[in-house]
Amino acid sequence: MGNFIDPFLHNGFMQRALLAGILVSLTCAIVGTYVVLRGMAFIGDALAHGVLPGVAGAMILGMPAMLGAAVGAAVMVGGVGFITARSKLSNDTAIGLLFIGLLALGVVLVSSSNKLTGDLESILFGQFLGVANSDLLAQALALLVVLVVSVFSARPFLLLCFDGDLTRAMGYKAQWYHRLMLLLIAGTVVVSFQTVGSLLVFGMLLAPAGVGALLAKRIGTMMMWAAVIGIVSTYLGLLASYHFSWAAGASVVLTAVAIFFVVLTGVSLKKSVQGVRA
Amino acid sequence: MSGTAVVARRLSVGYGSRAVLSGVEAFLKPGGSTALVGSNGSGKSTLLKTLAGLLPVVEGGLEILGRPVGESSQRVAYLSQFHQSGFVLPLRAIDVVRMGRFDQRSRFARRSRADDVIVSESMELLKVLELADRPLRDLSGGQQQRVYLAQVLARRSDLLLLDEPTAGLDAPGRAAYIDALNFERSRGAAIVTATHDVGEASMCDRVLLLAGRVIADGPPNVVMTPENLLETFGIGLTKVGDQLVVTEHHHDH
Repeated sequence: MGNFIDPFLHNGFMQRALLAGILVSLTCAIVGTYVVLRGMAFIGDALAHGVLPGVAGAMILGMPAMLGAAVGAAVMVGGVGFITARSKLSNDTAIGLLFIGLLALGVVLVSSSNKLTGDLESILFGQFLGVANSDLLAQALALLVVLVVSVFSARPFLLLCFDGDLTRAMGYKAQWYHRLMLLLIAGTVVVSFQTVGSLLVFGMLLAPAGVGALLAKRIGTMMMWAAVIGIVSTYLGLLASYHFSWAAGASVVLTAVAIFFVVLTGVSLKKSVQGVRA
Repeated sequence: MSGTAVVARRLSVGYGSRAVLSGVEAFLKPGGSTALVGSNGSGKSTLLKTLAGLLPVVEGGLEILGRPVGESSQRVAYLSQFHQSGFVLPLRAIDVVRMGRFDQRSRFARRSRADDVIVSESMELLKVLELADRPLRDLSGGQQQRVYLAQVLARRSDLLLLDEPTAGLDAPGRAAYIDALNFERSRGAAIVTATHDVGEASMCDRVLLLAGRVIADGPPNVVMTPENLLETFGIGLTKVGDQLVVTEHHHDH
């Protein structure tokens, strides 16, 4: 039993990592639910990669990484709007173009600067065990903002997931709420990348919410399942990282994705059995 | 409800500045019903979306419930032809119907007893009350369509805009739909439906036959002549009871 609890009792790094993971899990549970239900995984992925040049640029200029990440996310969201407004290209094409363009720019910036040697990995995969108190505070504030916005916008967000035309026909500003949702995704990526990394935050947005979609009959329940899966993944992932010296962020996300496949298999088997009985 | 439900004058509807349907003159009273009949691409869904405030008017005048279009959304119910993600969403049938009440109360107000009664009545009318706790994604297409119709009813609107409302409905579903429409009309709601179904159109006070322009406009027994149907659908049709029988092909439609 000690192996399961001891790492978190006397080790400040592990305690902060666990707390950060719980905060990331709760934030991603809410935002990830909308990402999954509205089929916005590609823009989520693109945002996760798109922050790279912003972070690299900020680090080269000696500015806060989070500020750079926010600029990268803003360029991604604004760029998608710009391309789709000025061409007949689809949203997917616009996202793909910016996604690969910003990722390439980020790699060029990192490779051309001596200052950033070795930092690419920490940007992409985070520094779970090196979380500072200021990161925890930022993550807690992000969670609070996400909670407040989600409660305030619960009805239009649900309608948007259901039917965009119905949302507008009922008098809600659908485009406005769509942008607000994008802002929540971008904000979650920007704040969470220092903990789990810009690549792995995408996994925390998708995998726990994916499990929720498999198990829940209601959106609130889906968010709760996502939060539980996220927290369990954080705990198990950090534990594996401690005992086997695995990369912490990757272990957490790997656990979440593994849980998704276990649940998917279970749900499929249950349906097969029910089908045979029927 | 007093006043008018829909007033359209020399109305053109379409996308951007491109009109797909022109010359619509319409006047719909409370409790009245109009069917928009035409083949695919005739402009009936575009007209319905314009009435719902989803598309801007290309040209002409349009008033909904005595106000410029788009300003009475709380009093209008719209049923779209397609639903984007019904199979993915973790929602029960009753949650979908409850959505119809979302804009009928203030942002943070909890669901009232009156809301619950209206939701139950609407589901009962469409014969889906026993499906209330079933996940939407587990229902058949016809059952889902009845749930969507119950959502429209739950709005207790003054104007119902229904795009292909009977799509996927079986005979009991259609019977429930007709009962629901009669209920709505009896309480003074006006109804506009876009449909291919001539039987459904015959139940309305007025029919607009559309093919990029208004081919004919008037009571169903006057409007649905073989000549008008030939011009509307591009094939010769004769109405026999509730059915259309193909009689000849039109070559230049």
